[in-house]
Amino acid sequence: MSLDKNKVVLGMSGGVDSSVAAYLLKEQGYDVIGVTMKIWQDDSKKIADDGGCCSLSAVEDARMVANKLGIPFYVMDFQKIFQEKVIDLFLDEYGKGRTPNPCIACNRFIKFEELLQRSHDLGAYYVATGHYAKKVYDEENDRYLLKKSKADQKDQTYALFNMTQNQLKHTLFPLGDFTSKEKIRAIADELDLIVADKPDSQEICFVDDDYVDFIKENADYQITKGNFVDTEGNILGQHQGIVNYTIGQRRGLGITFGKPAYVVDINGEKNEVVIGDNKDTFSKGLIARDLNFIPFEQLDEELSVQAKIRYNARPKPAQLIPLGEDRVKVIFGEVRAVTLGQAVVFYDEENNNIIGGGTIEERID
Amino acid sequence: MNKYIYMDNAATTQLNTEVFEEMKKYLLEYHGNPSSIYSLGRQSKQALDEARLQIGKMLHTSHKEIYFTSGGTESNNWGIQGVLRNNKKGKHLITSKIEHKSVLSTFEALETEGYDVTYLDVNQEGMIDLNQLENSIREDTVLVSIMLANNETGVIQDIKDISKLIKEKNKDIYFHTDAVQGAGKLELDVKALGVDLLSISAHKFHGPKGIGALYIKKGTDIENILFGGAQERGLRPGTENIASIMGMSKALTLAVESINSRVEKVKALEHYMIDQLKNRLEDIIFNGLTAKRLPGYINIAIKGVSNESLLMNLDIEKICVSSGSACTSGSIKQSHVIKAMGLDEAYAVLRFSLNEKNTKKEIDYVVEKLKLIINRLS
Repeated sequence: MSLDKNKVVLGMSGGVDSSVAAYLLKEQGYDVIGVTMKIWQDDSKKIADDGGCCSLSAVEDARMVANKLGIPFYVMDFQKIFQEKVIDLFLDEYGKGRTPNPCIACNRFIKFEELLQRSHDLGAYYVATGHYAKKVYDEENDRYLLKKSKADQKDQTYALFNMTQNQLKHTLFPLGDFTSKEKIRAIADELDLIVADKPDSQEICFVDDDYVDFIKENADYQITKGNFVDTEGNILGQHQGIVNYTIGQRRGLGITFGKPAYVVDINGEKNEVVIGDNKDTFSKGLIARDLNFIPFEQLDEELSVQAKIRYNARPKPAQLIPLGEDRVKVIFGEVRAVTLGQAVVFYDEENNNIIGGGTIEERID
Repeated sequence: MNKYIYMDNAATTQLNTEVFEEMKKYLLEYHGNPSSIYSLGRQSKQALDEARLQIGKMLHTSHKEIYFTSGGTESNNWGIQGVLRNNKKGKHLITSKIEHKSVLSTFEALETEGYDVTYLDVNQEGMIDLNQLENSIREDTVLVSIMLANNETGVIQDIKDISKLIKEKNKDIYFHTDAVQGAGKLELDVKALGVDLLSISAHKFHGPKGIGALYIKKGTDIENILFGGAQERGLRPGTENIASIMGMSKALTLAVESINSRVEKVKALEHYMIDQLKNRLEDIIFNGLTAKRLPGYINIAIKGVSNESLLMNLDIEKICVSSGSACTSGSIKQSHVIKAMGLDEAYAVLRFSLNEKNTKKEIDYVVEKLKLIINRLS
């Protein structure tokens, strides 16, 4: 059937960003359908707490905002697919000594794949989210481009690098032109939305407090103690299970070494955490796999970009060297705490474009 | 065409305007507390007594056996838990797999308190098996609760036969029936049904929400589950919701008086809709079609489409229908009733519950839209 270009399904988390996005889309004349994705919550849980993003109270907030704005609102059940595509991956990766980014998996498989499909099922051409990101159409090259949000501090394109051309075509980011979160809050305030003063959501939406507790409760493996070793393999002491540590970590190792000590590697197979000096946390670059590129289909030759290896990092100059078979070498010269399982994302800073990215597979020293 | 098409009368019904007029008097004018000694209070008390008499009459029993509650959920909770509070006779309870949540959850809670509960199966048509019931009754069985008519399929159980069977086995076993769906659509004679406890709720028969009643047969050893003042003969405290009680009394009276004419109309609409669905849609299954059903209840299963998308699309077309029951967050769960009838999860389930105000034109529109939506989704 034909999709209605004026109809958009907006993912509403119950937060201020997606709430204001609903208002903005409506103002632009779209038929907006608000949807909260039920991804991780237990109906039988009756504790009267505030809950995080997409919890039952978040559903209530989103519903109240949708009703106030006069748009239809539904809760869609994504629990099964979220478990398969996001949580299982999260647990597996930690089990292997890697540090996954579940938001990237969620954007890729849930929001812009499954939710997009279900939006089409409702006859909507577009899916929209309250992400701080911008989409533009490049007529010359017939490509949809993903650009950084004008609100530099809030830019969320790092987690969106996987978007395909078809997904971008069918996506709207109504917040992309706003220069700060404060301006979004001001709109929410003016509209007297109940979520206007809600704090920003932090961390991982399906983890209540401590991700280690979450892993303990949900993984099919046991978190077992193992050895801290130095870069030569000498045993230095005992660690509390590899999931507790991340590359570059200095504090909270639970043991003192007589000098500043850093996690420089995690070996899942041996259940070892490698400890070294600050200098040992630096590498020359990395190899990434599972790539996606936005302004072009695939990388055929070397390319100079800015790249960042975690959400909160600043992009640094890097050279991309294609390795074929969906892999790329990324040479920084010097980069700290390359963390396997995280994403490396490439930018064209001059034009604010996101070039693409991939999952970090190994360090290059 | 109206603003929307309402075919979800099993979920709730529109308040009857005559009922509203009746309630208005007691909201605005006769606002006294029935427990007060002055005349304004006595007026309320008198109204309360009249409502109790009237509801007793509609259920073919004495007003002394009618107790007001906050609705079907409370009536079910009280009926089941109330007779167990004093119970020293045994630890075994029997119910069915297709009960309303307010019954099933009560039994689940009782299981955690040490009761042993048998959940009876139903056949493909949604009927319980009397043999299984008979075989399930034990020396220590203290209570059986079987619903009169199911809220998802409208399928009606043989309550008379069930009570006869139970009482012949052991007259001390209490028998409760959740008659929330049946009231106002079937002639209810509690004596003929042979039950000890029977729940009704006003908003299912064009009365107000938040009011219901529990029939408690004289001599039943029932205790409070709520504690407070001496209202409802000391068994159910709380200042009486007088306007709603008057509304319920009026609504039940109007419903019972018009049963025959309404049922005829609704049955005709139901048959028309079943024919239309059969003729115009492929690969649909009718759940409980050949069983004895409440008038206007049609439950269908459609293969290969998502229940969620189906209901949302129907809503976008301004059609109010439902699948099983919606959970608090508004997401849609697989119906335990349809599952108990043997249908696997790959089906989308829709329940239409018509009333006499629906029209053939509306039915045509709904079937047409449904056809388009199914084609698009599959």
